[in-house]
Amino acid sequence: MTTGARDSRAQGRDLRTKVLWISLICAASLVSGIVACGLGSFPSTPAQTLNALLQALGVRSGQPVDPALSVVVVDIRLARVALAWLTGAALATAGCVFQGVLRNPLADAFTLGVSGGAAFGASVAILTGVGSGLAGGALVDNLGGLSLGGLAGSAGLLPLFALAGALLALGAVLALGRAGGGPSGGMNRETLVLAGIVVSTFLSALISLLKSLDEESVSSIVFWIMGSFQGRGFEHVRLALPYMAVGLGLVLWRARELDLLALGEGQARLLGLNAGRSRLWLLIGASLLSGAAVAVSGVIGFVGLVVPHLLRLVVGAGHRTLLPASALLGGLLLLWSDVLARSILPGGAELPVGVVTALVGGPFFCLLLGKRFRGQA
Amino acid sequence: MIRVTKLHVKYGRREVLHGIDLTIARGELVGLLGPNGSGKTTLIKALAGLLPAASGRIEIGGADLGGLSHRERALKISCVMQRAEAPAGFSVRELVLMGRFAHTGMLSGYGPLDYAAAAAALKDAQAEDLAERQASELSGGEVQRVLLARALAQGRELLLLDEAVSALDMARRVEAYDLLAELNAGGSTVLSALHDLNLAALYCPRLVFLKAGRIALDGPTAEIFTEANLKDLYETDIRVAAHPVTGAPQAHLVPGARAAALG
Repeated sequence: MTTGARDSRAQGRDLRTKVLWISLICAASLVSGIVACGLGSFPSTPAQTLNALLQALGVRSGQPVDPALSVVVVDIRLARVALAWLTGAALATAGCVFQGVLRNPLADAFTLGVSGGAAFGASVAILTGVGSGLAGGALVDNLGGLSLGGLAGSAGLLPLFALAGALLALGAVLALGRAGGGPSGGMNRETLVLAGIVVSTFLSALISLLKSLDEESVSSIVFWIMGSFQGRGFEHVRLALPYMAVGLGLVLWRARELDLLALGEGQARLLGLNAGRSRLWLLIGASLLSGAAVAVSGVIGFVGLVVPHLLRLVVGAGHRTLLPASALLGGLLLLWSDVLARSILPGGAELPVGVVTALVGGPFFCLLLGKRFRGQA
Repeated sequence: MIRVTKLHVKYGRREVLHGIDLTIARGELVGLLGPNGSGKTTLIKALAGLLPAASGRIEIGGADLGGLSHRERALKISCVMQRAEAPAGFSVRELVLMGRFAHTGMLSGYGPLDYAAAAAALKDAQAEDLAERQASELSGGEVQRVLLARALAQGRELLLLDEAVSALDMARRVEAYDLLAELNAGGSTVLSALHDLNLAALYCPRLVFLKAGRIALDGPTAEIFTEANLKDLYETDIRVAAHPVTGAPQAHLVPGARAAALG
C-alpha cells in the first residue's frame, strides 16, 4: 500500500513540475505578446497599447483610441507578434520531431536542409506565378495590396509548394546520409547533418539564382535566406495557420510513438509500433510545420535546435510534454527575437530575424557539438 | 504456444538458421543453449518478429506470425533482447510504461490500468527502487532488471529472453530466474536463450541446444544434459555432477583444453 502511495506521489510531483513549467511559459507568452505590441518606433504608452488591443477584441473602454495608433498596434504589430509566435512554435515543434525520429540531437529543419527546401519551393511558386497573389505582399513589403480572394485562390498553394520543397530536401538528405553511412545502411549522426548542410547550401544558391534571374532586389533574397517578418500581416497568419494546425495535430497525436522511436527501431517494434509508418507520418507532420513556417517567414535557423534541448533538461524527454512545451517556448523565443530584430537598429531599419536567432543559436550549437564530442571521447 | 516449421533465416545473404523445427507447448519453461554464433539470438529475433523468415513458418498461439500486426504481435509476445540501451531523458517508470503501448488506443494514451500494470511489473522485477531514476544513468544489470519489468508490463503470456540476465550479478541472476520460474508456475510460457549452462539446467525442465544454425539436441534436461552430449557440442572436456541441493545436473569445466587443442 505504501509503495502505491509513493508511486502516485512521485507521479504527482512529476506532473506538477511539468504543469508549472508549461503554465509559466504560457503566462510569459501572453504578457510578452501584449508588451511586444507596445514596442517599436511609433511611441505608445502601455495603457494606450492595452486600450487598442482591447478595442480590437471588441471591449469598449472609456478613452477613445487614436486610429493611427490602433493600426500600428493591431494591424501591424499584433499581426507580426502572432506570426512570429506561430512560426517559432512550428519550428521548435518540427525540430523536436526531427530530433526524435532521426535520434539525432543535431537535427532540425534548418540543419537538415528542410527549411532550405521549403524556401526553394516557395520561391518557385512565386516566380512561376502560382503564388503570385502573395508575391506582391511578401516580397515588396506591400501590406495593403493584397486581396482576400487572391489568398484563398492561388496564393493558398504557396505553403503546399513549400511543403513539397521541404519533403524533397528531406528525402535528398536522408538518401545522402544513408549513402554516407556505410554498407550497413545505418545513419551516422554527423553524416546526416553534413548532408543537410550540403543540400541547404546548394538550395540557397539556387534561390539566389532564381531571384537574380527575376531581377528582384537583394533584400528579398536576404528575406528567404535569413528570414524576416518585415511587412507580414494577418493574411500571412491565415495562410500558414491551417497547415501548422494540421502538422501540429499530426505530431501531437503521435507523440507517444516518438518516445518509442527514441528506444531504437528494434525495441519500438517489440513494443508494438509500426516504426516505418510512424516515422513517415511524423516526418510529414514536421515538414508541414516547417514548410508553412518558411512559406511566411523565410529560413530561420536555430529555434528548432535550441528550444527542445533546453526543455529536455527541464521537463524530460517524454514527448507528450516536450512537444507542447517546445511549441510554447519556441513561440516565445521567436517573438522576442523579432522584437529585437525590429528595434535594435537605429532609425527604424530592421535586421532579419534569422540574424538574431543565429547570433543566439550559433554559440549554443557549438556548445552542443563540443559536448557531444567530449561525450564520445 | 510456439510452432516453428522448417525455418530458414538470413542476415543479408548469409543464412544463419538452416531449417529449424521446434514446438513449445503452453506453460513450458525452455532454455535455449549453444556455443557462440550458433543462432540463439537469431532464433529469438525471428520468433519476436524482428527478423523475417527466408522460408518456413512461425506460429504463435495458433496464429501465423507474419499475419499479425505489430500491435497484435506485441500483445502476444514480450521480449527482452540483449544489449538494449536505455535512452537519455526518460525515468525508469516512463520506460516501463512504454511496455503498455500496445494495450492503448491511438487517442486514449496510458490509463490507470497501464500505470497499475507498470507498478506491478516494477515490483515483480524488484526494480521499484529504481522507478524515479533516470534510465540512462543505470548500470548494465539495473537496465536488465528494468527491461524485464517492461516486458512483464507488456504481457506475461509468452516471454522471449535473450541473455536477459547476463549482466546481473549471481544473486540477482538467481532472483531473476526464481521470478521466471514463478511466472512459469503461474502459466507463462518462457523461452530463454542463455550462455550459463548450469543456470539453464537448474531452472529449465527442457533444454534446446543449437549448433551452427541447427537444433542439435532437444529434450528433458535430465536426459540430454550429459557429459557426452556437452563434450560434443562445446568441443571441450566437460564433467557433469549433481547439484548438491536440487540434484539437477551441473556442468564443470576441466582445465587443459588449450593443450588438448594444440595437440
